[in-house]
This record gives sequence, structure tokens and C-alpha cells, in this order.
Amino acid sequence: MAETLVKGIIEKKAGRTVEAGEIVVVDVDLCYLQDGTGPLTVRQVEKLGADRLVDPERVAVFIDHASPSCHKSLSNDHVTLRDFTRKTGARLYDVGDGVCHQVACEELVKPGQIVIGADSHTCMGGALGALATGMGSTDVAVIMAHGKTWLRVPETLRIHLSGSFKDWVGAKDLILHLIGQIGADGATYRALEFCGTGVTNLTMEDRLTIANMAVECGAKAGLFPSDDTTREYLKSLGREGDYSPVPSGDGPADEEMEIDLGSLEPTVSLPHTVDNTKPVGEVLGLPIQQVVVGTCTNGREGDLALLAKFLRGKKVHPNTRLLIIPASRRVYLNALKEGTMEVLIRAGAAIISPTCGPCMGVHAGILGDGERCLSTQNRNFKGRMGNPESEIYLASPAVAAATALRGCIADPREVL
Amino acid sequence: MILKGRVWKFGDDISTDLIAPGRYFHLRSNLDEFVKHVLEDANPDFAGRVKPGDFVVGGKNFGLGSSREHAPLLIKMAGVSAVVAKSVARIFFRNAINIGLPVLICDTDPLPDGALLEADLANGQLQVLPKGRRIEFSPLPDVMLRILQDGGLVDHIKKNKGFGLADQGGDVR
Ligand code: SF4
Repeated sequence: MAETLVKGIIEKKAGRTVEAGEIVVVDVDLCYLQDGTGPLTVRQVEKLGADRLVDPERVAVFIDHASPSCHKSLSNDHVTLRDFTRKTGARLYDVGDGVCHQVACEELVKPGQIVIGADSHTCMGGALGALATGMGSTDVAVIMAHGKTWLRVPETLRIHLSGSFKDWVGAKDLILHLIGQIGADGATYRALEFCGTGVTNLTMEDRLTIANMAVECGAKAGLFPSDDTTREYLKSLGREGDYSPVPSGDGPADEEMEIDLGSLEPTVSLPHTVDNTKPVGEVLGLPIQQVVVGTCTNGREGDLALLAKFLRGKKVHPNTRLLIIPASRRVYLNALKEGTMEVLIRAGAAIISPTCGPCMGVHAGILGDGERCLSTQNRNFKGRMGNPESEIYLASPAVAAATALRGCIADPREVL
Repeated sequence: MILKGRVWKFGDDISTDLIAPGRYFHLRSNLDEFVKHVLEDANPDFAGRVKPGDFVVGGKNFGLGSSREHAPLLIKMAGVSAVVAKSVARIFFRNAINIGLPVLICDTDPLPDGALLEADLANGQLQVLPKGRRIEFSPLPDVMLRILQDGGLVDHIKKNKGFGLADQGGDVR
């Protein structure tokens, strides 16, 4: 066992011990890109003069950001990406398949792997015990052409979790709370490692939400040990063979923190930075015109089922619109099978097919001047949802449900 | 190498959404148009008035947010000679170096907006001209310095047949 989880993964790859701060060159097990970063990656692969990819099996291309396309130039970018996958043999996930990180975790990411995506929230793969991190187009182009990248072995901020969540408090509240505490640059260049008895009380969906937002405090990765929960999750996807245990570190981390899950409150992040967090009680009653439940952060079966619990037999407030985006085709199908979708549609929600949608301001829910949105996504930077004259509040699916019913920011514990 | 230009001062937490807004997503394959909007939501005057050689000077956590390489790319295309900041988000840092845009980390409080600035990359020094403050900036990690000196990651890889870290398995096929 290594001192920290991240060191353990890198040491296994490098075949030697490593120290935090050291630069290592490693083989990459999986890399992926999306239609925002992808066209530039394709151009860089050409510039590198690579006529084939080192291993197309390890490369995935997602058309998820402007999907389906809302502009002819983006349609042409999509054509470029499809042509590229045909030519190189890389996997293609096209319109309707889902958000890259969700699909990657469902189908591709394995515990102990090194995964690099041309998208900052690639860190979501840390939920499965993989060292997964985001880089830019050129870094990923080099990985596609040559199979390797350089990494600085990160220091670790270890977070000991204990206890379990109170009713209507969940993973999103935990990660928003943590980012609020340490700040948007609180873990820059470091890895977060979650351990302790509290981890056993977290579902895989919880871990995905938490790992997804590691980058919002600057972290390179947000890592969970791979344990029985991981094995069960992979088994539920028919991928039990992809399981391998990845233990927590057994040595000192560079910094340690403790969080009692039972001490957390529903938490909201206010415009325009993710670390601008407040307990929901301090922002009650603020009118909200658009509620979004979806994205790679909180667009999974459990999130939608929780929403449906609140909305069953009720109506979305007339001053608010509710947009629902299942994070993947699998999520969408499961939610349909469970009857979740019908409840949500009857309550007045608009369902958008699996995509990033309004999350990064390209289409499908751009806000008007002065409008406020409460979203389960991971970022609320000025202009993020396509209009710098609007405001974005980040919260859990439970707070989103309460807010959709009241038309203003509401506490889920007072609504259900 | 000596760089010289005016300071364009920005605050803390300048996100990639402020640098390269998502609403111009459709211009990502038309960078000559996109560059007209660089940093528009942080300072609407910047794109129209920036001069070749000028510096973008931020506070802490410059470039936080998405992995879009268009963010440093547009700053470079606008003619900016370097980004100077108290700290820089991880992905932006890599991206900037990979496309050949120098990033200088130092205390930026003593750098006034509009001041004429000179940067001596070899000696790690910034000087406000004509006779202002002299500030040292932190040296880049070796691998990044080499990538930058080679003009960016693509040229670095071609030249070295790898990361120039062959002793650490950095060579490539
Ligand atoms: S859903 Fe939002 S945060 Fe997630 S990959 Fe898409 S744009 Fe990025």
C-alpha cells in the first residue's frame, strides 16, 4: 500500500516509488474529448504528423456539448469529429448518448487507471478509484498520438468522512460545503482523497457528484478508494470483470481534514464563484425563473428519482420553468422504466435529451437578462449559462425540487 | 528573452468563461472572429485596444474553470506577450505553456493598470518602467520551461521525440 491513494496509482504505473512534486511520464489508459475541445485536438494530432493513433480502443470522442447542434459551424465541427473517428477507429458517442463523464464512468473507466480527458470535469472518474484528470486539447492530442503524458505527482488533501447525511442533505451539499471552506483555489495542484467510515455510507452516485466537483477547488483529482460499492456498481453495469480494489493511502497526507456528514446542511453556491456558499436558510425566498436538474454533476437516476419524490402529483410553480436533462441514455432509460419521467412530465417539467444542454451556455436554456437560474450543475461563473447579465445558483436536486415547487429558493425540509 | 508592453489589470478568479465565453462556442473553429471577444466579460475594452506585447495581469487563480485551450490561445492571438498572476489554475497553466504563452507567477499587487512593463524571462525579473518596482517571478518547472522554449508542446514533442524526459520514459514511438 502506498502513502496516498494517488501515489499508489502512479507507482503501480511507473513501476517505482514516487514523491509528491516529482514529474513523471506515464502511459495513459483512456483518453477522451468532446465537441468543444475536440476539433482543436484533431488539428493538433494532424500537426504532430501522427497518421494513426497509438491505440484507438483507448480513445473516445463525445458529441455532447452542443448536442444536437444549434449552429452550422458546430455541425461542421461534429462532422470533423465523426470523420476523425471513422478514419482512426476511435470510439464515437454521438448525439443522445450522454455527457462524456457520465458515459465514460458507465462504460470505460476502471479502478486504478490513469484517465485523461479534454474536459475539466474528467476528475469524476476518481469516484471509481481512477486517477482521472482534465487537460487541454494539445495534451490530449499528444496522448492520442503517443499514448503518454507527463504529470506532477500531486500532494494530497485527505478528507476523513464520518457519519451519514441527515434527511434531504446529500453529496452535493458536502462538496459545496468543502469548496466553500477551502476556496476555489484551496486544493490547486493537489489531489483530494476521501476516506473514513463515511465513505461506506456514500453511494456510487454520491461519489460521482463529489469527485466531479474536485476541480472546483482547483484539485487535479478527487479520489475515492475502490471498494465493495465500486464492485456492486460495476456489476450493475455488467462490468464486474473491470473491478479491482484500490485502497486508501496508509501514510500521512500533506493535509488532513474531517467532515461529519451528519453536520451538513442543504447548501447553495451564490453567483459568481462556486466557493461563495451559504446554508439554504440564508437565501430563502429569492425568486428563480429557471431550475435545471441534470449535467454530469447531478443528472443520474437517483437525482431524478429524488426530484420525482417531491414533484409527484404536484405542479412546478407558474413563475418557474423546470428543465430536466438525464446525463446519459442509460439514465434516461432507467428513469423511464422506473416511472420517474412520467411523474416529472406531469408536474410540468421540460425534458431535454441527454446532453450538456444549458450548463455551459451554448443552447437549450440560455437565460434572459436579469434572470436567475438554480441548477444542479457545477459552475456558476459569470456568463457560464450564456448570458453575463444573468445569475446562477448551484444546489442539490433536493433544493432544486423545493425551489421548482415554490418558484423561489426553498428548503427541501420545509417542502416535503 | 525580453518582453515589453502595457499592463492590463484584472482581478482574482478570472475564469475561462470570462476569457472565452461559451456563448461564442460556434466561433471555436473561427478564431480570428473569436479573438474579438477575448476577455470581453471581464473588460469590454480589452479586445479592441490591446497592443502586441501587452501583459494580461491577474490576481489569484487565473484561468480557473474549463479545459478550453481557446482561453490561452485567444490571449496569445490578441498579441499578449505573457500572463502574469499571483496563481494560475492547473489546466490553464498547462494549456498556456503548451501553446507557447509564457505564464509568470509573482505578486501582482505592485503592478499598476496601464504601466509599461518589461519582463526578462532568462533572469526571472519584472520591471515597471521607467524606474518602478522590480519583482522576481517564480521559475517554471523544468519540463514546462523546455516546452515553452521549444515554442509549445507540438514542436517540443517533434523535436525531442518525446517529452525531453527520456530518462523517465518520456521518449515516444
Ligand atoms: S454537463 Fe456541464 S460541466 Fe458537465 S461536461 Fe457538460 S458542460 Fe461540462
